[in-house]
Amino acid sequence: MGSESRGILQDSGRTRRRLTMTTETQAIDKSGHDHDHGHSPYLQHHFDTMEQQFNSGKLGMWLFLATEILLFGGLFVAYAIYRALHPEIFEYGHHFLDPVMGGTNTAVLILSSFTMAAAVRYAQEGKKTMLVACLVLTLGGACGFLVIKYFEYSHKMVHGVFPGKFYAPDDHILEEELMGAHGHGHEEGDGHHEEGHGHAAGDHEEAAHEEPAAAPMVVSQTPPAAEGEFVIEKSQIAEAGGGPEGLVGIVQQEPKMPKRPEKAHVFFGIYYLMTGLHGLHVVIGMCAIGWVLLKAMKGVFGPEYFTPVDLVGLYWHLVDLIWIFLFPLLYLID
Amino acid sequence: MNEGNTHNNEHHGVGHIVDWKVLIGVLTALLVLTYLTVKVTEFDLGPLNIVIALGIATVKATLVCLFFMHLYYDQPFNSLVLVSSVLFVLVFILFSLIDLSAYQPDIIQDYISSMRDPAYPLDEPQ
Repeated sequence: MGSESRGILQDSGRTRRRLTMTTETQAIDKSGHDHDHGHSPYLQHHFDTMEQQFNSGKLGMWLFLATEILLFGGLFVAYAIYRALHPEIFEYGHHFLDPVMGGTNTAVLILSSFTMAAAVRYAQEGKKTMLVACLVLTLGGACGFLVIKYFEYSHKMVHGVFPGKFYAPDDHILEEELMGAHGHGHEEGDGHHEEGHGHAAGDHEEAAHEEPAAAPMVVSQTPPAAEGEFVIEKSQIAEAGGGPEGLVGIVQQEPKMPKRPEKAHVFFGIYYLMTGLHGLHVVIGMCAIGWVLLKAMKGVFGPEYFTPVDLVGLYWHLVDLIWIFLFPLLYLID
Repeated sequence: MNEGNTHNNEHHGVGHIVDWKVLIGVLTALLVLTYLTVKVTEFDLGPLNIVIALGIATVKATLVCLFFMHLYYDQPFNSLVLVSSVLFVLVFILFSLIDLSAYQPDIIQDYISSMRDPAYPLDEPQ
């Protein structure tokens, strides 16, 4: 009765739905399910039906997620403004992020999002073992994400790539490593990179000892005009190192490292803040999933009560959503 | 959008059970789109690159919202909450950028770098 009179206050569509819901509950009662007068033990006294309770919980969660989107929105504004003002720092900074690691992390998060969606499904079907398995897999995905993130962060921090005023990059070591990492990825596409960054290597402190070797040597492969320089450089390398082939490879790739722009530290400030806040959400999500996992192992969830699984799932999908935007914005600048 | 309330025979609980086919299809689409967004950066399309990257990200986000987050089956009000928050973020970004470009003509070039103490290479006080 109470449910029907409340329903009238709302629009007709909802009233109709409420009525169907009531008849359906009665039908379930007759079929011998453990409702006491349509009253689940999980139904709080201030709700009329489980459906209403479920929808209210979901709406509350969505309101919270909206605030989360606004929270990250502020950081996206910072990103947009700095990228509009100083696009060069983003073009420089993204060389320090490994798209393979970022892409792997994207895939890991998407997969864990899928296992979370599957967990909600199994909770709805009351399949406890599969629910627990899916939650454990989701937690595993979250751990995997953080482990990869740890490697990314530590690789930068060990070379002094910190955000803001702590930015004190150890260019020599860092760029050498970057050259190694990027060299494998771009080996076949060498041709179109040189002319873009060729001038940059010249004024770089790191290139001092073999500075002339860098740009002309690669360029000389195509235009015959540089032939003279090419010969000189070739002989220089042979004298210096006794000529291991690997050295030649490193020298050739040197022009790819662009000169560090003045405000490069801003990129890393944005990078650490955005990925850090996202990482914090991953940790909070892991705590929430762990809590749901404990409840699931106790067998709390079933077809009529799975709201915690569903809402934690919504949170976890939001974490995935944010990363879906962070990944191309930070890693795939070109 | 009201399919969520037409329960099938096996399911007596609340909410809508998303079909396995839909879940796996969305997962596949997300992974393919991730691969695509990485591959497309190999082509230099100028300003189109970021448009494509953000377009793919938006498609992925929409898929996650509609099916993983059940918005397709939910009461439309939940979608309204999401869409309004996203709209406000867009307003925030767009108005900030409009404001930024509005005073660009008045900026004196290299004013800040001429004021800076060369002893401190970064803007922040140290």
